[in-house]
Amino acid sequence: MDALLHFLPQVWFVILALFLFLYIMLDGFDLGVGILSLTSSDEERRGILMTSLGNVWDANETWLVLMGGALFGAFPLAYGTILNALYIPIFIMIFGLIFRAVAFEFREHSSRKVFWNLAFGIGSFLAALGQGFALGAVIEGIPVDAAGHFVGSMWGWLDWRSLLVALTLIQGYVLIGSTYLILKTEGELQKTHFRTAKLATYTTLIGALTITIATPIVYDTIRDRLFSPPLSYIFAAIPLVGIILVWQLLKGLSAKNDRTPFIWTVLIFLLTFIGLGLIIFPYIIPNQITIYQAAAAPSALVFMIIFIGFLIPVMLFYNTYQYIVFRGKVVESAYGED
Amino acid sequence: MDFFHNTVALSRSQFALTAIFHMLWPVLTTGMGVYLVVIEGLWLRTRKLDYYHHARFWSKLYVLNFGIGVASGLPMEFQFGTNWAPFSEAVGDFFGSILGFEGAMAFMLEAGFLGIMLFGWGRVHPVIHYFATIMVAFGANLSTFWILVANSWLQSPAGGEMVAGKFIVSDYFQAILNPFMVRSVAHMFLATLETSLFVIGGISAWYMLRDRHTAFFSLSLKIVLTIAIAVTPLQIYVGHLSAEQVAERQPTKLAAIEAKWDTTPAGDTAPWSVLAIPDPDHGRNRWELNIPQGLGYILEFKPELSHTIQGLNEWDAGDRPKMISLIFYSFRIMSGIGFFLAGLMLISVVQWLRGKLSPGTITAQKWLLRAWLFSAPLGYLAVETGWIVRCVGRQPWTMYGEIRTADAATNLPPSTVLGSLIAFSVVYTLLLLATLYFGRRIIRTGPNLTLPAPDFDTHPAVDPTPTEFIPDQRAVELRR
Ligand code: HDD
Ligand code: HEM
Ligand code: HEM
Repeated sequence: MDALLHFLPQVWFVILALFLFLYIMLDGFDLGVGILSLTSSDEERRGILMTSLGNVWDANETWLVLMGGALFGAFPLAYGTILNALYIPIFIMIFGLIFRAVAFEFREHSSRKVFWNLAFGIGSFLAALGQGFALGAVIEGIPVDAAGHFVGSMWGWLDWRSLLVALTLIQGYVLIGSTYLILKTEGELQKTHFRTAKLATYTTLIGALTITIATPIVYDTIRDRLFSPPLSYIFAAIPLVGIILVWQLLKGLSAKNDRTPFIWTVLIFLLTFIGLGLIIFPYIIPNQITIYQAAAAPSALVFMIIFIGFLIPVMLFYNTYQYIVFRGKVVESAYGED
Repeated sequence: MDFFHNTVALSRSQFALTAIFHMLWPVLTTGMGVYLVVIEGLWLRTRKLDYYHHARFWSKLYVLNFGIGVASGLPMEFQFGTNWAPFSEAVGDFFGSILGFEGAMAFMLEAGFLGIMLFGWGRVHPVIHYFATIMVAFGANLSTFWILVANSWLQSPAGGEMVAGKFIVSDYFQAILNPFMVRSVAHMFLATLETSLFVIGGISAWYMLRDRHTAFFSLSLKIVLTIAIAVTPLQIYVGHLSAEQVAERQPTKLAAIEAKWDTTPAGDTAPWSVLAIPDPDHGRNRWELNIPQGLGYILEFKPELSHTIQGLNEWDAGDRPKMISLIFYSFRIMSGIGFFLAGLMLISVVQWLRGKLSPGTITAQKWLLRAWLFSAPLGYLAVETGWIVRCVGRQPWTMYGEIRTADAATNLPPSTVLGSLIAFSVVYTLLLLATLYFGRRIIRTGPNLTLPAPDFDTHPAVDPTPTEFIPDQRAVELRR
């Protein structure tokens, strides 16, 4: 029984991590393209950028909705406490996502496209910003009382460390967005994004390095965990693998390769994500609440595995199918005719 | 306490505002989804081009609604945590699981096939396209199902009990099959369908009033009418069943719906108030217009009530809903609309049988078409008022009899909630205005009747079966 009490929350930690990773990867390039659209000068280009997302943005965003629901069901305490503490960044993200979503619908019918272009770009930026601050704040830890309820201030999430995480995340999104556009576009437009991708690689790298160096210095608990085996071996391996991946990414960009930059970027995201997961585990709110304390009753976790867990392969299947149907370059600023 | 310094009141307003707005969009996407399945199916069977053009035209309005439905739905998902954290913690085991299922089964399915449904016409075979349309409609209705499971469970908790402030579930299936579930799901399913039918019918009538594409739109009116023959009377009946379950399990809500202050013992008769001016301070109606013995007829089809109907005065003011007039009139608006739409259906069917709805004669039916146009927004009004009856009538409980709304709210600084409430009011109002504006544009432009239908027999432009994926590793100059 005791083993089960540990095993089920761990399963849900992994499932949630999977959802979050899929979200950060998929909506990451989505938001990245949105942020990039702010720098794009002409209408035709922006049309292509938005068309490259037209059929997938909704599915990508739905991973966030799914993650919200699953977090609510699997770790109700964490769901309440985290969202309570992060009220402001969460609503910044939500309003950003609202602006973006409606820009897709309204731009198509509007004759004043500038307005909706801005809504798309700024919305993407705000969503990424909100997410970055939220992520930063969760890594730092959220002050709670003995019952696990939030006790801090409404602005506790705002400091230089969470700002650093937010800026880095935005850079990361720009990077994956650029490599996605390399995949989906050609000609001049593609050339531009080889440049932005290279730039974003460096800025992301700087951000990531700063965070990596700052984190163990600022938090002793993390330092203790990082520098004691067996984790120390894994944490030693992560930067090494990271260096190889970044080097491959830069090589792919220099060779003006279509597909490899996106693949290497996804792998870099995955690596970062694994590192992050290992730092946080077994906590769900670092150093405060473990997954075992926050978990719903075992029966609820089993119930959810039956109805959600077994659906994961199905969801992955039809989402992939959608990508396959719409594979290839986007050349015009609309799909088909209307 | 002052409203602007009362977090609970502000959070309630925010939830009410966002729910009322959000509701406007999914109603059409769930109901119209079913209609699109019907129309595309007709096309596949008959290969008549008109059906194809109908499918293309209505899906334009569909996608407009869909995007805004998603955008306005996002805050709903997160508000339970941000504004109702104690509630979330107490009921997360069940309520959270259900929201998770909604995401995994319904939203994912919808989103996963929407792209193909909207942009896939030339890319996949028509049969695969039809499959995508069915999946989108199925997903939307599945989401209605799960969200109503969740809401019904709040109305009639089942499958476990509260232990030390947390709901411990003993039987998940009993919780899903809670006493309110079946009837509420049915009522909501019919509500989305009925609303969408009258929106489609109303827009079709608008075109015919202007004699634009009359033959084309008399077709959609007739399809709508055919479905409405079943839906409108059924909805009244299921509405009646909903009232019965309220009478059985939520006495405070029933008393509020009927503005009954005094108890009627079993075996007596009671009047039914058509109109009333409730006076909560004095625990009576200041004025009322009654149908003698009406309540018995409405609830049980006979004059004497077989159960005691408790009046509002049986409870302390803190244990019953406060906004009696709102609940009372909301209920009357909803049921009035239910009867009005059924009546319109009946008259239209009579005219149809008399041969007055054929393309040649229908434009002469000015009043009938105007009535359809007038009915286009009525379904929405019924849905909103129905939800007000349901959610406001449940007060002061968030989970009926178990968790009070005042205990369910997160202890946030009022200024923070006020800030988000103001932002929501502004943004959602703009969203609604923009939807109406662009919806009007789509309608004004009208259908494109020159679109060629996709080919059935030759291969689709893009082969839908996955092919082996071999990345091109050469440098870009070497290709081609
Ligand atoms: C097109 C929409 C529509 C129409 C025509 C009707 N309703 Fe309705 N009604 C709804 C749409 C709706 C709704 C929005 O869908 C509600 C809110 C929650 C629910 O499950 O259904 C609802 C709730 C609702 C409730 C409250 C249930 C509760 O609080 O648990 C009652 C008692 C009725 N309805 C009764 C009726 C009657 C007697 C009608 C006709 C004569 C009627 N409704 C027509
Ligand atoms: C108050 C509780 C509600 C919550 C928490 C909620 C949550 C959400 C969320 C998060 C989305 C966006 C999903 C996506 O990204 O694809 C959404 C959309 C949707 N909601 Fe709601 N919703 C609520 C009420 C309702 C109700 C009462 C219905 C019933 C008809 C409904 C039906 C839908 C549908 C069909 C969509 C899909 C988008 C669309 O078709 O427009 N929701 N909802
Ligand atoms: C089916 C999904 C829904 C769920 C699970 C749900 C649940 C809730 C919850 C948890 C609250 C806050 C706590 C409370 O005040 O009791 C609430 C309040 C409210 N909801 Fe619903 N709701 C749903 C749909 C709707 C819809 C579609 C509408 C309106 C069209 C609506 C109207 C309201 C109103 C007006 C309030 C505020 C009531 C008050 O505080 O007096 N709800 N609901």
